[in-house]
Amino acid sequence: MNETNWHRKDLLGIAELSAAEIELILDTAESFREVAERPIKKVPTLRGKTVINLFFEASTRTRSSFEIAEKRLSADGLNFSSSSSALVKGESLVDTARNLQAMSPDLIVIRHGHPGVPHRLARLLEAGVINAGDGAHEHPTQALLDAFTIRQHKGQIGGLRVAIIGDIEHSRVVRSNIHLLQKLGASVVVAGPRTMMPVGIEGLGVDVAYSLDEALDGADVVMMLRIQLERQGRPLIPSIKEYFSLFGLTRDRLGLANEDAIVMHPGPMNRGVEIASDVADGPESVILAQVANGVAVRMAILYLLSGVRGAA
Amino acid sequence: MSLVIQGGRVVDPSQKVDGFLDLRVEEGTVVEVGEGLSVPDGAEVYDAGGKVVAPGLIDIHVHLREPGHEYKETVASGTRAAAKGGFTAVACMANTSPVNDCRSVTEHILSEAERHGRARVYPIGAVSLGMEGKSLSNIGDMVAAGAVAISDDGLPVSNAELMRRALLYTQHYDIPVIQHAEDLDLSGGGVMHEGEWSTRLGLPGIPGSAEDVMVARDLLLAADTQGRYHVAHLSTGRSLDLVREAKARGLGVTCEVTPHHLLLTDEEVAKSGFSTDCKMKPPLRSETDRQRLLEGLVDGTIDAIASDHAPHHPDEKDESFSCAPFGIVGLETTLSLCLDRLVRPGILTLSRLIDLLSWGPARALGLPGGTLAVGSLADITLIDLDATLTIDRDTFVSRSRNTPFAGWELQGRAVATFLAGELVS
Ligand SMILES: [Zn+2]
Repeated sequence: MNETNWHRKDLLGIAELSAAEIELILDTAESFREVAERPIKKVPTLRGKTVINLFFEASTRTRSSFEIAEKRLSADGLNFSSSSSALVKGESLVDTARNLQAMSPDLIVIRHGHPGVPHRLARLLEAGVINAGDGAHEHPTQALLDAFTIRQHKGQIGGLRVAIIGDIEHSRVVRSNIHLLQKLGASVVVAGPRTMMPVGIEGLGVDVAYSLDEALDGADVVMMLRIQLERQGRPLIPSIKEYFSLFGLTRDRLGLANEDAIVMHPGPMNRGVEIASDVADGPESVILAQVANGVAVRMAILYLLSGVRGAA
Repeated sequence: MSLVIQGGRVVDPSQKVDGFLDLRVEEGTVVEVGEGLSVPDGAEVYDAGGKVVAPGLIDIHVHLREPGHEYKETVASGTRAAAKGGFTAVACMANTSPVNDCRSVTEHILSEAERHGRARVYPIGAVSLGMEGKSLSNIGDMVAAGAVAISDDGLPVSNAELMRRALLYTQHYDIPVIQHAEDLDLSGGGVMHEGEWSTRLGLPGIPGSAEDVMVARDLLLAADTQGRYHVAHLSTGRSLDLVREAKARGLGVTCEVTPHHLLLTDEEVAKSGFSTDCKMKPPLRSETDRQRLLEGLVDGTIDAIASDHAPHHPDEKDESFSCAPFGIVGLETTLSLCLDRLVRPGILTLSRLIDLLSWGPARALGLPGGTLAVGSLADITLIDLDATLTIDRDTFVSRSRNTPFAGWELQGRAVATFLAGELVS
């Protein structure tokens, strides 16, 4: 493992990472994966390090994944969520940052509903900041665990065709994945209802399809996104039923993708809304592998950012 | 009291004058402009030393925040910022607390200006009572007290019927209705221009059409009513086309643009790392829009450059991009930005810029000044085209600091302002 290439205090997004940095994280995660297979799933790597999990937005999945990663690395993890009194509504971001800094954490994992908040905190804090999702902007650890999972099943990412389907406009998972997959040489097509397609998305170098069939044609990886009927009261789609008939992934339609295509979903899934149950549970599905890999990838990120040198 | 300003380059677009001339002022009025004027006994002499002598600059879109938000700005601090920036007059918006929708608020603003003002203050009354968009405010009373226009700026007049009535009723007083053109349904919860950058940053976008549909609607109403209509902080190429076409049809339509829409684009939100000093309404638009606004300056479609000076306390701006209030300050930066970034590269002539900052805005709102013609107000701005400055928000005399231009190194700035012949800055 060659961690000498890692210089960043923070992991804020994929947009600013080089392909080499991405590969370093993925390679590092590889060596942490086997920790989960040990009878005692714990290494002393981050003993004595304090990690604060700061979740301004509900997220059982990502938070649990980070918590497990922290525990397996023997770090001291603390959870602050928007429901706890530590995050008082009305306290300014700057004050929150100052209060956190006063506790001298080594790393802060932050999820916030507004783009740019982790970046702001990163500039204000000495601690390393890990973006666990900022609004519809980036979700770098999700893209990294997705890439890890694709590599695991496909051998490499370069040359693959990846179709991402759903609410493209409101998805942070899409943006981080577009950056990452392209940096590692995959081609990306995004598809979804026109009301969920953000203006100027072609500028990110992706193909845009407005039908599921077109997006699936030639796809090696099919990534489905969670759908919400409306956002902030804005009309986006008439009904779940219509969505499923237009963009729901069924076994029949999956046949349009390449023969050995894999199916992914960042969770939590809406069965029968964006994905049929027999696909979600079918042999192409790597959805549970994504969850398992999330822990290894987050261990790698915590490790690299903590500046610890030496083998895991 | 008599004053002779000697040895300056008088640039007065209202009279198409640009030459080395002297200027004599008596009792606050310009009485003579010419070469080698004799100095009467007892007259004060001001040596302009080859600097530009321009009509006092006028900013027709300023938020002075008084009454109600004095922690952001006051009439005193705002007019001090104006004078420092070369402005001898400002028109101030009605979104104070209480709203300037009646005579007593207008009078309060004017009495503060009388007591502490370093520049002339022209209050703009609200279109609707409480800026609630329902019923007409006390327009006649406010005009009698000194209001020069009406606007619900900060908010648009969304109700088309209210806009129609306002365009009709204001004709009794020959004042314009100033519209902050924004369809609130289309702008929704948007915080920046909708385009590739909002998509990259995952920030909700405000489409250009949010402005365009409102301008288009209002121009139809202006045509029907023959009222006077002024578009505040016009920001899109398409709105500009609509105004250009309306002017060609002879409608009484005018518009202003801000320095930030002329000099910055939506990419700045990314480049600045989500700086809330890049958050304003309308939002920084695309490069295409920006280029088209520059064309509108040159071809005369745009009547005025106005800052939309919108002070906010640092604590308010110190928030996430999504939560921070919209708006930036501009009185202390407008002139230097325009001189350095529009005149020096040859986009505008000096005379055209001064037109956009004096005679143009004066005509748009029907204000006195903006000219050095004999018999006019002796409001004068002296400009040194060679003096340089670096924008440093800590030196602002405004109470607020919210500017995206901090650190910009610029050439050209105001070095003195005279208000009715008195040196005030
Ligand atoms: Zn406005």
